[in-house]
Amino acid sequence: MISQSPTLLVGCLALLLGWTAIGLAGLLRPRSVRLAGRVLFPLGALLGFALAAVAGASLLGGGFERLVLPLGLPGLPMHLRLDPLSSVFLVLLGASSGGISLFAGGYFRAGEGAAPGLLCLQYHLFLASMGWVLIADDAYSFLVAWEAMALSSYFLVTTQHRLAEIRRAGFVYLLMAHVGALCLLLCFGVLQGGSWQFTFAAMRAAHLSAGWASAAFLLALIGFGAKAGLVPLHVWLPEAHPAAPSPVSALMSGVMLKTAVYGLLRVGLDLLGHPLWWWGLVPLILGLFTIFYGVLFAAVQTDMKRLLAYSSIENIGVVFTGIGLTIVFAGSGLQAVAALALLATLYHSLNHALMKSLLFLGTGSVLHATGERNLGRLGGLIHRMPWVAWLTLIGTLAIAGLPPLNGFVSEWLLLQSFLFADHVPHAFVNLLIPMGMALVVLGAALAGYVMVKFYGVIFLGQPREPSLAHAHDCGWLERIGLTWLALGCLGLGLFPLQVIGALGSVTTQLIGTRVAQASAHWWLLAPVPGRPVSYGPLVFLTATLAVVLMTVLIVRLAYRQRVRRAPAWDCGFGALTARMQDTAEGFGQPIRHLFQAFFEIERELPAPADRAPRYRIAIRERIWKMAYEPLADAVERLADVAARVQQGRISVYLLYSFITLLVLLAVALMS
Amino acid sequence: MSTLGWITQVLEMVVALAAAPALLGWVNQCRAWLQNRRAPSLWLPYRNLHKLFHKEAVLAENASPLFRIAPYVVFGAMVLAAGIIPSMGTRLPLVVSADAIALVGLFAAARMFMTLAAMDVGTAFGTLGARREMMVGFLAEPALLMVIFVASLISSSTALPVITEHLVSGHLGLSPGLAFSAVAFILVLLAENARIPIDNPATHLELTMIHEAMVLEYSARHLALIEWAAQLKLFNYVCIGFALFLPWGVARGHIGPVGLLVAIPALALKLAAAGGGLALIETVSAKMRVMRIPEFLATAFLFAVLGLLVHVLLGA
Repeated sequence: MISQSPTLLVGCLALLLGWTAIGLAGLLRPRSVRLAGRVLFPLGALLGFALAAVAGASLLGGGFERLVLPLGLPGLPMHLRLDPLSSVFLVLLGASSGGISLFAGGYFRAGEGAAPGLLCLQYHLFLASMGWVLIADDAYSFLVAWEAMALSSYFLVTTQHRLAEIRRAGFVYLLMAHVGALCLLLCFGVLQGGSWQFTFAAMRAAHLSAGWASAAFLLALIGFGAKAGLVPLHVWLPEAHPAAPSPVSALMSGVMLKTAVYGLLRVGLDLLGHPLWWWGLVPLILGLFTIFYGVLFAAVQTDMKRLLAYSSIENIGVVFTGIGLTIVFAGSGLQAVAALALLATLYHSLNHALMKSLLFLGTGSVLHATGERNLGRLGGLIHRMPWVAWLTLIGTLAIAGLPPLNGFVSEWLLLQSFLFADHVPHAFVNLLIPMGMALVVLGAALAGYVMVKFYGVIFLGQPREPSLAHAHDCGWLERIGLTWLALGCLGLGLFPLQVIGALGSVTTQLIGTRVAQASAHWWLLAPVPGRPVSYGPLVFLTATLAVVLMTVLIVRLAYRQRVRRAPAWDCGFGALTARMQDTAEGFGQPIRHLFQAFFEIERELPAPADRAPRYRIAIRERIWKMAYEPLADAVERLADVAARVQQGRISVYLLYSFITLLVLLAVALMS
Repeated sequence: MSTLGWITQVLEMVVALAAAPALLGWVNQCRAWLQNRRAPSLWLPYRNLHKLFHKEAVLAENASPLFRIAPYVVFGAMVLAAGIIPSMGTRLPLVVSADAIALVGLFAAARMFMTLAAMDVGTAFGTLGARREMMVGFLAEPALLMVIFVASLISSSTALPVITEHLVSGHLGLSPGLAFSAVAFILVLLAENARIPIDNPATHLELTMIHEAMVLEYSARHLALIEWAAQLKLFNYVCIGFALFLPWGVARGHIGPVGLLVAIPALALKLAAAGGGLALIETVSAKMRVMRIPEFLATAFLFAVLGLLVHVLLGA
């Protein structure tokens, strides 16, 4: 299995160093938009595609490559490893960052926050550190890369640091990132199991007792959950994603959240080896709750990037639900079904990376063209920005989980694995898991609601502001980036069998079995063990297109009536203005009304006699008041107590040292 | 797959296309009789379609291409759905490519295009209709899926023909899990097809309409396609109900042309009975306030979930 010459791993390493070099090159002329935008970002995109290709080759080969670098701590050099699990996430990183970098090349302009050269450095360091996280093979280099990733993205989030709101978002992000990192530190401390060897190979070999293994898993779940945005650790996400420039939001939401998914899979299924079945219930339940929570809040947002951020929370919920199911099945000895659930997890991660990047970049173009993030001031952009509008439509349909696009495939796989839940050999659990299916489908349907709102309010209808008449479509680099991501959504939707074939080596590595393909046809997806179930997106698409085109043809041939353009009828209502359309608040009203208990609503209604009536509504998460603010207060009080010890006089400090010394001496003498 | 399979497939689509307006006409007739009114002709829906197809189409000035594409997509989705549902035979070649989850996805895609088109012109009614349609959809769609999952758990497959074959060969009478789902399914059918008590297909009263509000800006052939698609949707839903709860009479497996000869009258009989039942429900119930609709659909959803729970409890 282990190949002797780590060619592909060296290739990956060279590409990561290449990213770093591109970043540093940005410092040569930090103020030059042309250097960064026209040369460095497209070059970074090329490296991204190359990384996807190299990692793809490794994935198809299914080999394991190792490398030890003479760097790092004394006695702990840096270990690197390329295996199927890291390859699939490297493909995800390379393929989506390629599209995003192309877009970014056209996106960053002069005079917006930090200098372009500096942005270029932070951006490429962010990319390189994410790649490093994926190939690290010891706890030390993993955590160093993990922190580099958090810091570089922090600087990217606070690009426009002159706004107080953005500084606050950055602070919350950094804080949550560090709480998570602390948990990971403890997790690795437990994982080494008394051997004091911090390589992943030693952790695989360590035999932990059930209690310690469970502790390690839960610590990993908290640590990676905080990075992924698992409710209730998600609070940074809706603040940080909108604050960052759009390509960075795309990168954070599409790729960075997936490094946390990678981490949990690495610890839960690889380092810990044989997971206990009940571990899976924790991510399963949290994931299901996250789906529901994320999509409800997405439905009531009025800022387009916040809406997408909440939608990311929902999708992370889907991924964690998949991880939970995988562990429950794998721990119960249902390896074949566990492999199916793992496929659904990985597939959804890939899907979400592409479609969410596409949508975030779409909002970036809208933001540039109009200067507006508020849904209440957009509308009708399909006429002014056809490229962005039609490409975004693909992402919208994909994320709503409609066949034959990619979102449907992963949802289909997840539901198929849910249908095996009654085989789990534990009473009650096999009853309750099918109930989870209800939440998954409810979440999927609500996601459709959210996406109709997102697309309809931004791109359809009449422009809500006169200034929107001057909106312009995006430039050619941006178009290429968007097209690449949209093609990715189509490709993953239409060729699931090929994708699943490539993912086979990952399920072999983690679960020990491949998903058997029950059909001989290359276009038919039939991965469900022992059940006559299949899905053929290509045939589906062909049949739909055939029926639609035949209808068009027959209608054209049979009825040659012309089409006349006239003012909108609207029941003969007369003076139609743009303000009569549903606003974003209006479109979300049914959800707000139905699920009132979830929201903390602050509403200001006009009185009947108001001269200038004003309607204002603000929606916050209850979790701030219920958990985070009391927690912050408690920390502050604790800090006040601790501050009493801190007198600021050197004599007192000397006294502290003296007492410590005495105590230590006493301890040493006693033992 | 055999030629016979493809013939069945195309035949199903053609029969659905031809019979869907008649089903609507039949429901309207029954309803008129039950309400002591003089019934309109059974052929009225056909005449309406004919009339609409021959009119000059008027588009709003700011309608985008999406607005013109949507009717064709919605219509195509419904025709394709008719080919996937085993209304007459179970040997359908297309079904290996699209199981019941894909079928629900197809309905969802149609809904999404319809609502986006409704928001396209930017009128007050269009967006109102779109919002309400999504409000109905986000509860009805999962309820339908849960109903299908109960049947899938019984027959270990999400492919509708496999489910139907399994249920036909089983003992007579519904299993308890399916009985709950049948109730849920009827509620979903009413909601998804804009029937009373969710929506009144006969009204243009602004405050209550859902489906009609979305299609206000359409005219002529586009409207004809949408109306026809709505009739097909009703036909499809009724046929899904047959496939899950009344699967008798469907030509199974390799039964040849004779089986189809039995299947067509059986389908006609079942449709007539279902149409009568639908008319009865619509006559004895009153239209609901809009904000009560989620309660109605939540009931459907709960019934479906209950069906699943009952099945797992008794079956495991």
